[in-house]
Amino acid sequence: MDIPYTSTPREDTGLYNAKLGIWLFLASEVMLFGALFSSYILLRVGSDWWPEPQSILNIPIGTFNTAVLIVSSVTVVMAWASLKMNRLNKFMMFQGITILCALTFLGIKSFEYQEKWKHYEVWTVDGQNYTGHIEVGDKHNPYFYNHNKLAAEGVEEITFTIDPVKAGSLAGEEDIGVANADHHDHESIVIKTSNIKRLSAFVPAHSTYFALYFTLTGLHGLHVLGGVVVMVYLWLTAGTWFKTKPEQFTNRIEVSGLFWHFVDLVWIFLFPVLYLM
Amino acid sequence: MQATTSAHTHGAHAEHHDEHHDQGFLRTYVFSTDHKVIGIQYGVTALAFLFFGFCLVGLMRWQLAYPAQPVPVLGKVLESLLGDVAAGGVISSGLYNSFGAMHGTIMVFLAIVPLAFAAFGNYVVPLQIGAPDMTFPRINMFSYQCYFVGGVIMVASFFIPGGAAQAGWTSYSPLATTIPTDGQTYWLLGMVLLITSSLLGSVNFIATIIQLRAPGMTWMRLPWFVWTQFVTAFILLLAFPPLEAAGIMQLADKVLGSSFFLPTGLMSSGGGDLADVSGGGSPLLWQHLFWFLGHPEVYVLILPAMGIVAEVIANNTRKPLWGYRSLVYSVLAVGFISFIVWAHHMYLTGMGTKISTFFQTTTMIISIPSVIILTCLFISLWGGSIRFNTPMLFALAFLPMFGIGGLTGLPLGFNFSDLLLHDTYYVIAHFHYVVAPGTIFALFAGVYFWYPKVTGRMMNETLGKIHFWLSIIFMNLTFMPMFKQGIAGMNRRMYDGGATYLGVTDISSGMDIGTPQAMIDLNVNISHAAWALGLAQLPFIFNFFWSIGFGKKVENDNPWQATTLDWQTPTPPPHGNFVTPPIVTRGPYEYSVPGAKADFIPQNAPESV
Amino acid sequence: MSDDAHDIQKHVRSYMIIGAILLAGTVLTVLAAQIDFGHHWINVAVGLLIATVKASLVALFFMHLISEKTAIYMFLSVTVFFFTGLCVLTLWASHDLPKDSVHIRLPKTEAVEKTAEHHH
Repeated sequence: MDIPYTSTPREDTGLYNAKLGIWLFLASEVMLFGALFSSYILLRVGSDWWPEPQSILNIPIGTFNTAVLIVSSVTVVMAWASLKMNRLNKFMMFQGITILCALTFLGIKSFEYQEKWKHYEVWTVDGQNYTGHIEVGDKHNPYFYNHNKLAAEGVEEITFTIDPVKAGSLAGEEDIGVANADHHDHESIVIKTSNIKRLSAFVPAHSTYFALYFTLTGLHGLHVLGGVVVMVYLWLTAGTWFKTKPEQFTNRIEVSGLFWHFVDLVWIFLFPVLYLM
Repeated sequence: MQATTSAHTHGAHAEHHDEHHDQGFLRTYVFSTDHKVIGIQYGVTALAFLFFGFCLVGLMRWQLAYPAQPVPVLGKVLESLLGDVAAGGVISSGLYNSFGAMHGTIMVFLAIVPLAFAAFGNYVVPLQIGAPDMTFPRINMFSYQCYFVGGVIMVASFFIPGGAAQAGWTSYSPLATTIPTDGQTYWLLGMVLLITSSLLGSVNFIATIIQLRAPGMTWMRLPWFVWTQFVTAFILLLAFPPLEAAGIMQLADKVLGSSFFLPTGLMSSGGGDLADVSGGGSPLLWQHLFWFLGHPEVYVLILPAMGIVAEVIANNTRKPLWGYRSLVYSVLAVGFISFIVWAHHMYLTGMGTKISTFFQTTTMIISIPSVIILTCLFISLWGGSIRFNTPMLFALAFLPMFGIGGLTGLPLGFNFSDLLLHDTYYVIAHFHYVVAPGTIFALFAGVYFWYPKVTGRMMNETLGKIHFWLSIIFMNLTFMPMFKQGIAGMNRRMYDGGATYLGVTDISSGMDIGTPQAMIDLNVNISHAAWALGLAQLPFIFNFFWSIGFGKKVENDNPWQATTLDWQTPTPPPHGNFVTPPIVTRGPYEYSVPGAKADFIPQNAPESV
Repeated sequence: MSDDAHDIQKHVRSYMIIGAILLAGTVLTVLAAQIDFGHHWINVAVGLLIATVKASLVALFFMHLISEKTAIYMFLSVTVFFFTGLCVLTLWASHDLPKDSVHIRLPKTEAVEKTAEHHH
């Protein structure tokens, strides 16, 4: 006996199996991202200090990435509609654009990530606190340094190029111990390692803000990647699959499309929460 | 009873059959997508983990009864396997803690849930609803593989430098992340895999029960076992993801140095300096996310067991379950309410009176449907023509044992009494009563009950009865004294068995429970009972394997004369279970129907019967 | 979900329109974040409101939820209920503290002043 309702819907539920399955899976994903959002709320409400995202994250890039995902959402549903209208070529085009958008999103995200990893904050023993970029010996803009690594490598001093506006604070806060404001644009100073209380790149270990930023966007990014893998597989097998089992293939496109829309949906919340609030 | 194998199997489906015959050993037994094979895989793996988890506590009980003394015989084995932590064959404090943490983790996530939900559910549910398989067979296979790999990672963690996780199965931060070894990382990776396995499994179960019920199998004609599995699947689907999120965050704390759960002002373990972390995190956040799963998880442990007990009772009283509708609505209520009671595990974290009262209220409310379920099962015995076979003995014992477990939970659910009892041996006694002579007895009942359908042979009744009587005696001798210890105030998770308390001279507990020494002495009795309980399982283990080859063969496909569809198949059911979808014409428990010719009527008997 | 090719054609138009609305909504969100409403929580509320509207459009039209069966709605409502419970109850738990409990939390201005002290 074959498994029924793999393509044709069951009468009383009106659903075929995979559609029910994906909605159930998406319900669990709502709880997954929901738990992370609720952690964000709890940690932020309970924090003493939270950075202003405008001076840490690049809003134009984030906005562009949001637009890319929205476009991919449109193209993925258009891909399904094309199959419903029996136009395989249109499907290939729309699915292809969706994949390209997804890869663009990931590419831009990777650019944003690595940019953070070579952006530093330093707290000195004599009470200064700057953000900016560093040079360690002949390494220009290295990744992932911290005070422990400096000590382990026996580095005696680093060159610190200070940001004109301290990352994390509003531009106007000049009188609140924000040492950056005392210095001119992009001034470089030398800091001795013995004077460094803490040095950290903008990595999860830096603060709960960045821990949340990387975890939320990282998990989202993994879901984007998963979606890309599935969509590429469906794109490559479309030719034979659509000829032999068109209805089943169309349903698989609908199901993968539902997943993709969910990925877009999560980003619709992530973008304002992380970049704008 | 309708015959489901017939001549036309070979004619019309010859091609289909040949495909499956030529699959070879690996595809048929290792990489199978058949729900029955996967069910057996889950079952055997889970039983092995159950045994391993029990061995861990057997060793712990030595340390509690005879602190700092080398474990006889096994001590040398431990030392050769694990090195310094078992120097001289003595279980060190770190090793004790890792045994404790892994005993809990293995029993809950690697043994009971896979056995109760995945094993019994996978094998029985598609049969009971009249389906050919689960809706997503390949995802089903992948679920098992995730579980298996997760289990391997958990066990492997014992053998890495520093050993396995040590912060309890609850893995509270900051302790979990500040212990400098890698056991916690392995635990977290294992958990991520196990959670993934459960999530995919629950999607499968829910979709199968909704979509693949045979014609005529309406919701109110489902065997109650299917309802319990349905609610369990929903609980797993929605309650596990927050723990997955928390696990990812704790992994980040451990591996990436973040501070999700590490507060500002945390001192380093060397003492004196601030820990080298950013701070700003909340240890309570971990507790909320953990218990958001943790509480529904206990209903995952009990509901399938209740379902098994119900099936065995209906079958062995030869009458329908009493209060089927109440049972259905109650199990739905239990599932729903279980999501909003979790902070009764957190009464001592400094929550205020309003929120404590909220959780106390929901906790009291959830006891109502639980009691309704237990009452319906008790009343189902009334007027029954009871057959006292081994599965029935275990099912009967479940009722009062779960009753004790449930009732002793009430003082824990009340915020004021929990102040005294939290983190004591009372808690250990309470939850073990529910899970050990509760769930595990139900699972034994299930094994004895469905064994003939899977293997075509009965398990030996004499060995079964010996297993039952020894188990119930030693279960009670093991866990009952722990209530006393807990009320006297003995803390749990103490490696020295309570020797710390001997330094206290002025004790006024208000209840004449006994001096600390008397409470500590109980450790010896408990340990002896626990080891005897272990020995009592030998007849079962022997019976389980011996009966496969030498058990009494069943005379027909329905040796228990049962009404549900799982017994209306060949033994064992073939790939695809039913040749054509069975047509369901009646409810699941048509036993002793007044005016009927036969003692029982199967669900798919023709209408006219 | 209608199988008719003609109906799909109509839906195609709506997909484009919704897509345009979503892009406009994104721009709106960014602009609204620049406006100073006086209190930060108003910005948060506005941002979340716009996000909810956008998400609803994606769910209702791109994911076809508007023409979906009751079963899906039931699961989703239960999910939303539990998600809300998780957020609300954990927040409540961290704010409802016993009377006279010691909870050290520097208000933002104090924290910032202390930093200033330290520098001079």
